[in-house]
Amino acid sequence: MNRFLLPLSIFIVVVVFLGIGLKLNPREIPSPLVGKAAPDFSQPQLFEPTKVFAPADMKGKVWLLNFWASWCSGCKTEHPVLMDLAKSGYVPIYGMDYKDQRDEAMTWLSRWGNPYPIVGVDDAGRVGINYGVYGVPETYVIDKQGVIRYKQIGPLDPDTVEKKIVPLVKQLEAQ
Amino acid sequence: MNIHWILLIVLFLSGPVWAGEARPLADDPVAEQRLKHLAVELRCLVCQNQTLADSNAPLAEDLRREVREMIAKNMNDQEIIEFLTARYGDFVLYRPPLKATTTLLWVGPFVLVIVGATALVVTLRRRAAKVVDVPVTEDEHRRVEQLLADGGKRS
Amino acid sequence: MIPEIGHFALILALCVAVVQGILPIYGAAVGNSALMAVAKPAARGQFLLVLTAFGCLAYAFADRDFSVLYVAATSNSQLPLHYRLAAIWGAHEGSLLLWTLILTIWMFAVTLFSAHLPESTRSRILGVMGLVSIGFLLFMLTVSNPFERLIPAAAEGRDLNPLLQDPGMVIHPPMLYMGYVGFSVAFAFAIAALLGGNLDAAWARWSRPWTTVAWCFLTVGIAMGSGWAYYELGWGGWWFWDPVENASFMPWLAGTALVHSLAVTDKRGGFKVWTVLLAIMAFSLSLLGTFLVRSGVLTSVHAFATDPKRGMFILVFLAIVIGGSLALYAWRAPRVGLGGSFASVSREGMLLANNVLLVAAMGSVLLGTLYPLFLDALDLGKISVGPPYFDSVFVPLMAPAIFLMGIGPLAQWKKASVPDLAKRLRWAFGVSVVTAITLPIVMGNWTPLLSLGLLLAIWILTTGVVSLRERLAHVAGNNLMERLASVPRSYWGMQVAHCGIAVFIVGVTMVKGFETEKDVRMNVGETATIGDYMFRFDGAQDVVGPNYTAARGSFAVSRDGRETTLLYPEKRRYTAQNQIMTEAAIDPGLLRDLYVSLGEPLDDGAWSVRLYHKPFVDWIWGGCFIMAFGGVIAISDRRYRIAWRRQEPAVPAPTRAARRKVA
Repeated sequence: MNRFLLPLSIFIVVVVFLGIGLKLNPREIPSPLVGKAAPDFSQPQLFEPTKVFAPADMKGKVWLLNFWASWCSGCKTEHPVLMDLAKSGYVPIYGMDYKDQRDEAMTWLSRWGNPYPIVGVDDAGRVGINYGVYGVPETYVIDKQGVIRYKQIGPLDPDTVEKKIVPLVKQLEAQ
Repeated sequence: MNIHWILLIVLFLSGPVWAGEARPLADDPVAEQRLKHLAVELRCLVCQNQTLADSNAPLAEDLRREVREMIAKNMNDQEIIEFLTARYGDFVLYRPPLKATTTLLWVGPFVLVIVGATALVVTLRRRAAKVVDVPVTEDEHRRVEQLLADGGKRS
Repeated sequence: MIPEIGHFALILALCVAVVQGILPIYGAAVGNSALMAVAKPAARGQFLLVLTAFGCLAYAFADRDFSVLYVAATSNSQLPLHYRLAAIWGAHEGSLLLWTLILTIWMFAVTLFSAHLPESTRSRILGVMGLVSIGFLLFMLTVSNPFERLIPAAAEGRDLNPLLQDPGMVIHPPMLYMGYVGFSVAFAFAIAALLGGNLDAAWARWSRPWTTVAWCFLTVGIAMGSGWAYYELGWGGWWFWDPVENASFMPWLAGTALVHSLAVTDKRGGFKVWTVLLAIMAFSLSLLGTFLVRSGVLTSVHAFATDPKRGMFILVFLAIVIGGSLALYAWRAPRVGLGGSFASVSREGMLLANNVLLVAAMGSVLLGTLYPLFLDALDLGKISVGPPYFDSVFVPLMAPAIFLMGIGPLAQWKKASVPDLAKRLRWAFGVSVVTAITLPIVMGNWTPLLSLGLLLAIWILTTGVVSLRERLAHVAGNNLMERLASVPRSYWGMQVAHCGIAVFIVGVTMVKGFETEKDVRMNVGETATIGDYMFRFDGAQDVVGPNYTAARGSFAVSRDGRETTLLYPEKRRYTAQNQIMTEAAIDPGLLRDLYVSLGEPLDDGAWSVRLYHKPFVDWIWGGCFIMAFGGVIAISDRRYRIAWRRQEPAVPAPTRAARRKVA
């Protein structure tokens, strides 16, 4: 090969990568937990603080775990999508109120509607850390064996729900 | 004047505290030292590009708290790092671990030097064989000076 | 009205740039003197037009014209005038205008100092710069217009990011851009030479001073940015290996290699092909830096607000400019001659070995910066490459480069002998090794890195002394003063710049080895001791600034019972964006900095406080300024001054007339 073409070749490779890079989101960090067992927890429930909410109760079900907070603006954006999904009955969505004030969280849900059968409270953000949450909202799809199958970083949108979540849930249900 | 008054009042009010040596912020300075040592090599996930040690983001504070607790539990650095990478992946490490995918990253610089040095030596050898000494002659230097002095004439 | 004038001036500038980019290059190709003569007036005209646009934007800022979107987004009526003006380059659009303005300033400078160039060369140079300018003007006019109106006008501006409200902001970006864009001159010279096929020694001679000037600006620009981060970010670091810092450091490394490689080409006519490639590389890396900062492909503390459309535009522009030049290079370079012969062990050989190391270092920084992107693009996971990586890769690459830096100036051109060099450098080496080992022990903290740092710094100084002594022995003169005076300035420049590196290394090494810090909780009246200094906290007061309110702590610092200084760190809340900023207070000194920053208020008037004692930290920036000063001395050398002084008069009458007609 002509050695004078070497700089041009290297440059072309770099440009191709930079071009691909334009389409990527450098702030989205894939979770190493996908394919692993969902970390266990046992948190008080939002509406009935004496009861606990634990993933062990969900064994045999496909379910979504949605981390949210009343202070998070992305959660507001996502909220109607969750309401629709909950209404459709494809899959139950369980909530985890992340680093929030209890009364504010309850007000928020009564004002905008509650898509969750149960909401756990993660006051100190410990469950969040165990699930590798770094910015709410984040949503996990967990299968019948309690294994995390998918993680959505940031708000769910109708498109993702239709093209990713629902087919995945159906497939997991069939197993 | 004012300062003196304030100091005097403080002196009266706080008695023994006055002029005392300030307490370290952390309860356990040794643990804090270890935390710092670890945290400067860890990346804050929510920030643009800051270490866990430097960031004031709530998640960074939570993670520092977790790390402090792990230190208190006598976990070693390796275990603490495993705890974090199990949850957030290698993204949290500012020092990427040596793996198949990062081999090029770690050996690349040294390959560059070796390739560069080899290329230099080879070129110099080949050059020495090819070049019939055509250096910048005195004559050419003079021509350059000439050009620099009145290049316009040639145009 | 004024913003529209600015907008219009940019459109006109684009038209002029198109003319400047096409006619002179075509003219040079076909030997048409009239077409070539367009270059100079076009470049000057373009400069005036862009200056007008810049002035209009400055006026809009000074006038608090919040009907201009960019002004409303980056300033505020409470913002003091000097920061309102600095806000011109506070975000993407305006900083692009600054880029373009500086490009036209360099063009203007080329028209002033190029009377001694053959007309075809000058036309090509200005033509190439015009082509680069087209890209930037087009970029502004299509997707980043700083004059875009906001209708209806905002009542109040969103304010400049408080991080940027600092004297550093006034001076750092212009300096940095002067450096970045300054490499466009060397780039244009190289492209012009490739186009014209006349890569001779004269080309290197012409390029040298321009490259050195750009390099000086870049050195100062980077140093200022680093100093700014040091006092502004509040945790006392001075370099973070952030992608954007790397983006400025890569052209510096390539530029440093270029400065040295040009010396070989100038003196010995050798390695022209390599030098041309470096000239292309230095400017390409400047452009790449622009892309990285503005495209959002990498996360960085400094990144501008991003927009994929803009990213795409710069990427295409980058591909055309750099790809085009590298293609031209691949096409023309094989025909370039070899130049003078020299042995592997010679001044030339060492300069080139140094070049290999510098370029490898540059390549490593590039690799580390882009590697996360590569992996992500190939879907192989996300990683972070940070300071621990760069530190562990950079030191082993730079240490041999600095070792060679000591030997190079002592080696003869053409052929040097290793035993002879060893003999001449014996004592310098001995002194360096002994001092480097014993000094840290005396200071009470021996680490390998500390010793290595000191070894390299002392090595540069001692070899410098040997070189100077030998040099003085060979120049004519009756007494020492006369002899010193007859040593050429280019030599002094080199020595001074190299000493700057030594000073820099001392700073880095000492601060790493001996800095101490303390995080304490301080009540009023309490003291904390760090280094030999005792800090007494005298409480915090509320103060009101022009666009912020702050808690200002006061600290009395004393040493051995004698008061040294008073320090007033602040915790500011900027009202417009309700953002909290930590303003550290620093007592700078030749041998140490004392650094205090306020943390959070705790109960009953106490504060969490961070104290640093940083020995020799100012040497880091001092070293950089000395390097740049060395560059300034070098370009004041006699050879260049003679060239500058001889202007215009020799131009023959017909050409002159032709030029006038066009002007």
